Formats: sequence, structure tokens, C-alpha cells
Amino acid sequence: MDLLLLLSAPLIGAAILGVWGARRWAPDGNVIFSLATFGAACAVTVRVVKYGNILIAREQFFIDPFNVFLVALTTFVGLTTSLFSRPYMRIEAEHGRLSPARLRLYHSMYQLFIWSMLVALTTNNLGLMWVAMEAATLSTVLLVTLYRTPASLEAGWKYFILCGVGIAQALFGTMLVYFAAEKLLGSEGVTALLWTHLDVVKRQLEPNVLSLAFVFLLAGYGTKVGLVPLHNWLPDAHAEGPTPISAVLSGLLLNVAMYAVVRCKVLVEGSLQSSLPSNMLMSFGLSSVVVAAFLLWRQRDIKRLFAYSSIEHMGIIAFAFGMGGPVANFAALLHMTVHSLTKSAIFFTVGHASQKAGSQLIEDIRGLITLSPTIGWGLMLGTLAILGMPPFGVFASEFLILTTAMKDHAWATPILLLALGVAFAAVFGKVQPMVFGETSARRLPHPPALLPVFAHLGLVLMLGVYIPPYLANWYREAARFIGGQ
Amino acid sequence: MNGIPFDLQILNVLAALFLLLSFSMLAQRRIVTLVNLLAIQGLILFIATVLLAWRTGETHLYLSAALTLGLKVIGLPWLLHQLIRKLDVYWDTEPLINPSATMLIGLLIVIFAFGLAQPISALASTATRNTLGIAIAVILLAFLTMITRRKAMSQVVGFLSMENGLFFGAMSATYGMPMVVELGVALDVLVAMLVLGVFFFQIREQFDSLDLRHFETLKEDE
Repeated sequence: MDLLLLLSAPLIGAAILGVWGARRWAPDGNVIFSLATFGAACAVTVRVVKYGNILIAREQFFIDPFNVFLVALTTFVGLTTSLFSRPYMRIEAEHGRLSPARLRLYHSMYQLFIWSMLVALTTNNLGLMWVAMEAATLSTVLLVTLYRTPASLEAGWKYFILCGVGIAQALFGTMLVYFAAEKLLGSEGVTALLWTHLDVVKRQLEPNVLSLAFVFLLAGYGTKVGLVPLHNWLPDAHAEGPTPISAVLSGLLLNVAMYAVVRCKVLVEGSLQSSLPSNMLMSFGLSSVVVAAFLLWRQRDIKRLFAYSSIEHMGIIAFAFGMGGPVANFAALLHMTVHSLTKSAIFFTVGHASQKAGSQLIEDIRGLITLSPTIGWGLMLGTLAILGMPPFGVFASEFLILTTAMKDHAWATPILLLALGVAFAAVFGKVQPMVFGETSARRLPHPPALLPVFAHLGLVLMLGVYIPPYLANWYREAARFIGGQ
Repeated sequence: MNGIPFDLQILNVLAALFLLLSFSMLAQRRIVTLVNLLAIQGLILFIATVLLAWRTGETHLYLSAALTLGLKVIGLPWLLHQLIRKLDVYWDTEPLINPSATMLIGLLIVIFAFGLAQPISALASTATRNTLGIAIAVILLAFLTMITRRKAMSQVVGFLSMENGLFFGAMSATYGMPMVVELGVALDVLVAMLVLGVFFFQIREQFDSLDLRHFETLKEDE
């Protein structure tokens, strides 16, 4: 059973690494479990492509074109990040920043985090989705504070309390959905929380209750997406934790939270038959893009810089889902993919760059290209890709989003363009001297793993130039499905 | 109160007490008392759930009640008391807004909550629908408690009080959530508290205090 393997491999990994996570082979074990998970995800994907949706375990788990692509993406980035973390965490341990107990915690929680995201993605039960989202927060709180510095403790506390409160709102929203659905589906068993059943009756759900529910759901899951003004925890948590965690938080967790928002939006839109949910998503998205673009100027820490860039891109995705329609949804899905690949690649290079320089401050990292051309070029190309330069995939998705905006919401186009321009100037201006110029870097005790970086960037490049027809079909199907048809 | 059955009257009284406790938590500065108030709030939730289970004959409500008793009345308050003793945090510092202003804001919140609950209560078919406004008020008051406090411990108590409000809301609107979900939520809360215990010790080790004023270094302009 491939789905069973998909959901059990990381859980078994978490248990095993929880006991032996500090052994010499633990980083390799981490890779092996991630590889098993990725293999299972591939098998599931093939099955869904061949035979269509899967609904198992008393309808508790459900896979359709929308979430299977996120499952594949999540396990792929989970695998490459574990490859990256192998030398990275060894170097950190040799620098004396980690004790064996913390290394054990790290490996075990890494697997648990992947597991909880996979549950959140594949479950059909809105309540279980909530539980898994909260579990994803909890498994990473102690990873953000892994170094026990004052700043990391503050970041961890903010992450814990803000996401905890945020997600409590989402629970209330889920409750309201259940309340509305219970009348139609009955309170026997859990059918009233099963997404597939809700989707069937969504047009009869009480619109007043659902609009209130959506406010709470958007505020709750939106906190985890990092939408402005609920974004406060995000840059801190990304900057203070170990870099592999920044990569998966930014590349994966935000996507999963966005997935939850979109699932809820489909239901609410079906019930309301109005543009309220779309407008809310669009305004949250637009404000995130603008605020994040201007805050990029003030960043001095390289990881914070790219954390704000994540907020900006999540804003773009929220805006695109808000616009709706087949093209915008397609573009939003594409953007989720390319953002996640590019951003994690950037965090990989940034992680090694700051290890080389012994600092995360932008002004302390200089001249990467002289000592290590691959890291330097990786960072430069990654930055160009994330800023939306052609021929990378981010350009393709942003182009689609902008043209749709021009057609449907012309007023928003100049705002988006301005924000993208500001972000470009801010990020490029800061990264350029890091890559070129006089060097300040030193040698690392282990050779860095740069294969994942170029694998990700290669994929992003491919998506920019050529999307294979089956993949395009797949996106289109998911987009149509989000459009409510 | 003519026409309202006796057990429903009791439920309404319990709901009123539930709200009252939220207000006293808002004003309380002694952390030990704050935790005790939280435990009493949990106890009221427990009694109300049992009463409702008995009234409606829904067996899963008994399980939910048992969960409330184990976790919110006994488990978590005990854990918090342990932490308070070990970490030696007995008093919160001056709240950020002065107490009387906080109370006034709290009053406005209650009015707002009842306004918000109106359309939902009108649709609900449960006997307890009138208490939905109270649940929303408790959630929002817990918010206010968290906002106005400086000590990490009081913020956590506020967080748990919010969780109480959520369960009360689920109970009054739909006679509770499905069992799977309630179990999951309870598990999450429990794990959250354990993580928090570890976390507090880390904060203490680093700052020698649980005062969140130390937490003002990570600002936007850094």
C-alpha cells in the first residue's frame, strides 16, 4: 500500500532517529527515510495519474490532483533538504553549536514535521487537517530554538504563541463549518467534516455561517501562510533556526498552509456564490506583496531577507488564488511549485555561505565567488530566479498572474509591478556584493552538498522554458477543480 | 425563567460563571491564582458537558467530558503549578493597559461577541444555543488577557482559556465535535504544553527570568 508507506515512513523514521539520532549514520538515515517517503509519493502520484482520485481508510484520506502535486513536491524538497542537511549539520556539530541530544531532536523532529505536513495534505477530514497543521508547528518550535541563543528563543516563542493563537481561530472556523454542515449531513460519524461530502453539498450550506467561518479560517491558516499583517513570526522563525529548517518552513509549510486556505475557499465560495472570499484573499495577498517588498530594504540578515521574500511570494500566490479563474489558479499552482523549489535552493546556498563567513549578516558575507564558485553562482542564479528573471519558472508564473490581473483587475497591476520592482532592487542590491567583491570566506570541514541546489534550479529553469504536457494537464485539472467545476 | 427546564437553567448559570471567570482572569495578577481560575473554568466546562451528555444522551460527550476532566482540570493545571514552583514565577508585572480600562474593553468585547453570535444562534437547533455568545466572548477575552500580559506564563494561561472557550462553543453549537477531532485537539494541547515546559526552562536558562520584556530585540528594522 503506497499511501500507507507514504504516511508511515516518516513516522517510523522519527521514532528510530529519536533513539539513535546522534549516531554517525543518523544524517544518512534521515536521507534514507526521506527517500522512502519520496518513493512512496511517486507511487501514489503514478496511481492518481492512472486511475484518478483515491479515497481510503473510511474516507479519512483523500488524494486528488490538487493535493497529490503538493505531496510530490513536499516529499521531493524533503528529500533534497535532507541531502543538504547531511554535511550542513555535521559542520554545525563540529563548530560546537550542537550537542548529541540536540542532533537527535533535530533528526527526529525533521521526520515528524514532514509526516505532519503529509497528513495535513492527504486527510479528507477538516478537523484532522487542523490537528496536523498544529502538529507541524509544534514539531518545529523546538527546532527554531535549537541553538538556544536569546534571539532564537524569542523567535521560537513568537512562533509558538502567534501560530498557536492563529490556529485556534482556524479551529473555531472549522467548528462553524461543521455546525453548518451538520444540518445537512447529520452528526452521526464524521461525515459532516469530510471534505468530499462537504464539497457535494456546498451550495446548500448556510452562507451567513460560512462567511463568518471563512474569516476565522483565513485569519487562522493565514497566520501560518505569513500573510501581512499576521506575518510577524515568520522572519524570526526562518532566520534563527538551522538553515535546513528555514528551507522546509519556507518551501513547504507555507505551501501546506496555503493549501488549507484554498480548500476552505472552495467550500465557502460554493456556498456564498459571491466574491467575498476572493476579495479577502486578494486584499491580504496584495498587502503582503507591498509591505514585504518595502521591508526587504531594511533587512541586514540574509536569512531574514529571504524570509521576507517568502512573504512577498505567498502574497502573490494568495492574490492569484483570489482572482480565481483557470489561468490565475494555474499560475498560482505553478508559482507554489517554483517558489518552493527556488526558495529552498537559495536557503541551501545561504546556509553554506553563512557557515563559510561565520555570520548571517549580509555585510559580513563577501566575495563568495572567489573561494567557492558553485555556492556563489548558486546564490546568484537562485536570486535571479526568485526575482522573476526569465527564463526561470517564476517569470512564467508571475507573467501569467500579471496578465490575468491586467485583464480582470487592472487597478492592481501597477501596484504589483511597483512592488516587484522594489523587491528586485532591494534583493539584487544586497546579494550582488555578497557574491562578487573581496572575499571573507573560509574553508569548510565537509564538502557542501550543492547537488540539491542545482537540481532545484534546473527544475525551475525547465518549468520556465517548457512544462511537460502531462504536468501542464495536471495543473490544469487542479486549477479547474479549485475553480469549483 | 418560566418554561425553561431545570437542567437548562443550570447550564445557563454555568455559562454565566464561565464568562465571569474569564473576567476575573483578566484582572488577576497572581499567577498561582490565575492557574487555579483556569482549573475552575475547566471544571465548569466539565460539569456542563456531563449535564449536556446526560440531557441529550450523546455518549461521545461523556468521553469529551472525561478528556476535559483529565486534561484541563487536573493535568495541565498541575503541570503549570509544577512549572511555577520550579521556575519561581509568582507574580505578573504591571499589565500593559491599566486594569479598569481592560475591564471596560472586556465589556465591549462581550457585547460585540453576542452581536456576532446572534445569526448563528438563530440557526442552531441545540438547546444550548444561547450560550454560544458566551463562548465567543470567552475566546475574545482570552485574547485580551494574552495581549495585556507580559509574563510568558500568563500568556499561556490565556491560551488555554481560549481553548476552553473553543470547546464550550463547540458544545453549545453542535454538542461537540466528532471524537477523532476532539482527541486530536486534546493531544495537540497536551504536546503543546510539554513543548512549552521544555521551552520555559530554555528561556530561564538564557535570561534568568520569564519576563517577555527581554524579547524585544528582534524588530523589523534589524
